[in-house]
Amino acid sequence: MATYIIRRLLLMLLTLFGISVLIFVLLRLVPGNIADILFSAAGMVDPADKAGLEHDLGLDQPIVVQYLHWIGGLMHGDLGYSYISEKPALDEILPRIPITAKLAGLAITFAVLLGVPLGVMSAVKQNTPLDYVLRIVSLSGLSMPAFWLGLLILTAFAAWFGEIPIYTQAPKTFLETVQLFAVPAAAVGFRSSALIMRLTRSSMLEVLRQDYIRTARAKGAPERSVNYHHALRNAILPVITLIGVEAGFLMGGLIVTETVFNIPGVARFLVEAIKWRDYPIVQNLVMFVAVVALSINFIVDLLYAALDPRIKYA
Amino acid sequence: MTTLDDNEIIATAVPPAESLWRHLRYHIARHPLGVVGAAIMAVFVFAAVFADLLTRYDPTSTNAALSLAHPSAAHILGGDFLGRDVYSRIVFGARISLAVGLGSALLGCAIGTALGLASGYVGGWTDLVIQRLVEIMQALPVLILALIMAAALGASLENTILAIAIPLVPYSARVIRSNTLALREMPYVEAARAVGMSETRIALRHVLPNTLAPLIVLATAQLGSAILTESSLSFLGLGIPEPHPSWGRMLSESAAEYVRTAPWLVIFPGVAISLAVFGTNLLGDALRDILDPRLRH
Repeated sequence: MATYIIRRLLLMLLTLFGISVLIFVLLRLVPGNIADILFSAAGMVDPADKAGLEHDLGLDQPIVVQYLHWIGGLMHGDLGYSYISEKPALDEILPRIPITAKLAGLAITFAVLLGVPLGVMSAVKQNTPLDYVLRIVSLSGLSMPAFWLGLLILTAFAAWFGEIPIYTQAPKTFLETVQLFAVPAAAVGFRSSALIMRLTRSSMLEVLRQDYIRTARAKGAPERSVNYHHALRNAILPVITLIGVEAGFLMGGLIVTETVFNIPGVARFLVEAIKWRDYPIVQNLVMFVAVVALSINFIVDLLYAALDPRIKYA
Repeated sequence: MTTLDDNEIIATAVPPAESLWRHLRYHIARHPLGVVGAAIMAVFVFAAVFADLLTRYDPTSTNAALSLAHPSAAHILGGDFLGRDVYSRIVFGARISLAVGLGSALLGCAIGTALGLASGYVGGWTDLVIQRLVEIMQALPVLILALIMAAALGASLENTILAIAIPLVPYSARVIRSNTLALREMPYVEAARAVGMSETRIALRHVLPNTLAPLIVLATAQLGSAILTESSLSFLGLGIPEPHPSWGRMLSESAAEYVRTAPWLVIFPGVAISLAVFGTNLLGDALRDILDPRLRH
């Protein structure tokens, strides 16, 4: 087990190194940096000014030197300065993380609370009208873009209540947070809940066919206990893996949802930074996303072994 | 002792056209939802191909009088801010969505298949390097990688296709690799090697065709996710540039403020995206059941 954990951590480091190179090269692949954008926006280009700005930002150095400079700083907790605000990148990124984390946490909670019970119901009532309705609903959930679902919700709010629930000021209490983030979390979590519902259903169908379920029924265990106690316990295992993968990948949905609901989280910040070629922000945020995604995957794999004694890592 | 009639052997080996039709009818009867999905896709393909015949207005021509016009008999889905006919833009948008969806799903699967086949069949160092590469790409959410690629490459139709195709590569590479690993040990591969076939030829002639079923299933699923990713990219302003009518961009133009004032600008493009992806998902589910029952969820 210990060797497994060490091997996984080393592989994670290797992957992170690969991602850092990939992102660094991608961002510098094309001509056009922040200096070009600023100067073309200003409408006048004085080559000396532009070269001066590039020198100040270190953009005139060889790409390998730039890369080493970034990674060296990263090791010391120095993420560089945002090109746009000229504040330390860390100060720009850190305050935005809790906002996105709360939204993501609520979205996952929503997805699990909705997806798992409905998936079980769908499997238990296989091939009934209820099953068909749930399957079509979950397939629609996978087909709708998250930002459109968000916009639809806003439209409905505008039509019924005359006001729309978008972010105006930071919430103070836990209740306020939940109130403020409930609607966007549902919009972004709906897709995950659809995925969870589908996987729970198929996983349950497989388990319900097994002998020990028949045994449980034969000895007279109540239907509810068979479904939720005996069957779901085993059926939930692959679902947990999916939840882990989804938690890491929720970022895609969060990007568009934060944009729609005007939430000042890291996901929307990343898009702004990409548009402005604010390299220090983009690089570090992408690394952050990768660390979160890889860690969640790792934790889920360990959890998997803890929950299922049949699984052993060596 | 009975001898088999030669004709009988040929008859069982090559199914006549009628039996193929019967085969198809059998699957159609068993997968009604798949048929619905295929029908939805057929409608979108039809709209994309005959967009000029289905619309009366140019999707890019502006008309101040039509700015934010309500849906009416002349303009059944209303007009956008610049006074362009929304119905025309949605019909022509099918071209963009299908072009980007098909283009990036096919390109992504082609690259992924090449990598997966090399990884699984050659093994050793090749496998190790390709697998690390796949892991690196898969550690980032598809939309984030696509966003950065799109920003790095610049806005154009071709670049959008490329920006969406690359993040999809690891998924097909993984599926093809695991299939190849199993197929590599098959007796017929050994037989081909015994008769002196070259390794490249075995990989391309004997292994690759047998990965076709999971590949078709995967490509269909990726078609849907490519359409969704394009709409997100365009919504965020990093996808298809003007003046192409893209469903995602139509929603970005009409975002927050039109939620109150012109809800038809918000509703219809989203219906088009969702319906198209819903069609591919229904079709994909049915294809998976037919072609690759092991993958069934």
